[in-house]
Amino acid sequence: MTTFNLNGRNVSVRSSDNTPLLWVIRDEMGLTGTKFGCGIGMCGACTVHVEGRATRSCSITVGAVAGAKVTTIEGLDPGGRHPVQVAWTELQVPQCGYCQSGQIMQAATLLKDFPNPTDQDINAVMAGSLCRCMTYIRIRKAIKLAASRMRGGIAQ
Amino acid sequence: MIWRIAIAVLAVALLGIAVFLLLARRPEIAPIERPIAQKFSSESVARGEALAAAGHCASCHTQPGGQIFAGGYGVNTPFGIIYGTNITPDPKSGIGTWSIEAFSRAMREGVARDGSHLFPAFPYYAYTKLSDDDVEALFAYLMTRPAAAASAPANTLPFPLKIRALQEAWKILFFKDGRFQANPSKSAEWNRGAYLAESLSDCSACHTPRNSLGAEETGNAYAGAVIDGWIAPALNETNPSPVPWTQDELFTYLRTGVTALHGTTGATMTPVIREGLALPVVPDSDVRAIAVYFSDMSRAGTQSRSIEVATREALANSSLGSGQEYDPDAALYAAACAACHYNSGTVPLPARPELALNSALSLPDPTNFVQVVLNGVSSAEGAPGLVMPAYGSSLTDGDIARLAAYLRRTRTKSLPWSDLEEKVSAIRRESAGSH
Repeated sequence: MTTFNLNGRNVSVRSSDNTPLLWVIRDEMGLTGTKFGCGIGMCGACTVHVEGRATRSCSITVGAVAGAKVTTIEGLDPGGRHPVQVAWTELQVPQCGYCQSGQIMQAATLLKDFPNPTDQDINAVMAGSLCRCMTYIRIRKAIKLAASRMRGGIAQ
Repeated sequence: MIWRIAIAVLAVALLGIAVFLLLARRPEIAPIERPIAQKFSSESVARGEALAAAGHCASCHTQPGGQIFAGGYGVNTPFGIIYGTNITPDPKSGIGTWSIEAFSRAMREGVARDGSHLFPAFPYYAYTKLSDDDVEALFAYLMTRPAAAASAPANTLPFPLKIRALQEAWKILFFKDGRFQANPSKSAEWNRGAYLAESLSDCSACHTPRNSLGAEETGNAYAGAVIDGWIAPALNETNPSPVPWTQDELFTYLRTGVTALHGTTGATMTPVIREGLALPVVPDSDVRAIAVYFSDMSRAGTQSRSIEVATREALANSSLGSGQEYDPDAALYAAACAACHYNSGTVPLPARPELALNSALSLPDPTNFVQVVLNGVSSAEGAPGLVMPAYGSSLTDGDIARLAAYLRRTRTKSLPWSDLEEKVSAIRRESAGSH
């Protein structure tokens, strides 16, 4: 039985240690904001935060995050008002929306590491997060908008 | 006639073995009543705690999830599994009836209280260098821990290796009894580092190659070795790291498990840091001393490789594979690795291990790179707060081989690795067996 912290709450799960974290989050914990995309760590749809850093939840087992803090899209901001989420809605980034929780979680880590990201930074860090609707132009715009607000210390 | 000679030779041989086994026995040291905790000064206990952490005693004497020092951790050796024993003061299964004389003899001569020889999986050959004061402090600390009734599982050594008396022969060949000798031409700090590294922390146990009888090759000290399926890199001037291990880099690495220029720790080095040198009870000055010792050993000060040049080159190449250049080998890197490993600016971020500076890519052998890609890094391993997914179930041996070849080609100046796919398959088979 693995114990970890999910969105600020300590949880102990029944799933075996080698269950991908994604299935524990979706099926056992019932948090379905995190999506299954490719299942092999190549598309980014399942991205969550482990200890505040973007991690592909389909390719890491729940046993491998024992004792760690895991944050899903539901826990990124209590009111759903993380600067990236605000920019996302404002610029109407998503089209079908399937990849967006993974995109947002990855973008949040990007901005933590690169508060003033260049196009190259965004391309390199976000390249592993695929959007089949090709909303990449708006994703980049939203990241830059969120970045400028976060640098200014304005949350929204 | 021939028969008579044969019988005579056999008789002499048997007599020789009998005399040897007789001589190999050591006297038992009388059991004592478990000393009461008040007998030890709190200063001595505290110093023992710091020493036990620097010596990472818990890593072999505690099983995962078990009570500290209660034993049961299996040490994989080429001869079989040897289980760390219970070193809590439990009178039956621990060392509760051991006097300081018995403890000191075990530490420095590898003989248990009952007179039997200990296997050198327990590095008495290093602890022999410990000072009397430090042995007494360790004794005070261990004797004041909560007792746990727990016996370690039986070792899996085959006959005749399991005969403890034969260890006498090993000792005659390889064991040199004696306290640490300071090098008067070096600073006090260097000597403190040398003392800790050579005795208690026993860095050579993993970083020095061993001969066929499991003894460290003294002429090859710190040349790097294979340990538990990983490579413990060389710590001498043949260290493969693209940037020198300066005193500051080593200090930060040993204290926290991660540095911006060398990446994160892994495998069997994890407990050495997380359950040892990173603990607040170990003074900064001791960690700094070890850093001074190994920085000097790797000739960090005289290396022509400059940190600035290596870092600049690494960062210039960090975006390779995620732009629009045509390189079919880069696809996997862009999808699976760049999100976490890409860096920009003038210095890499510690939480984004820069692959161009990481010894996993610059070692002569791809083992460490393949291990980390196959098995990832769990929350229990590496530096606290950094995990990595395991790509063993999503990438084929061919994929991993291609990724390794791509990164070696674009991120290092080293020669390409050979037989990559075969090596990935072999490591995958081995880690499937051990998990």
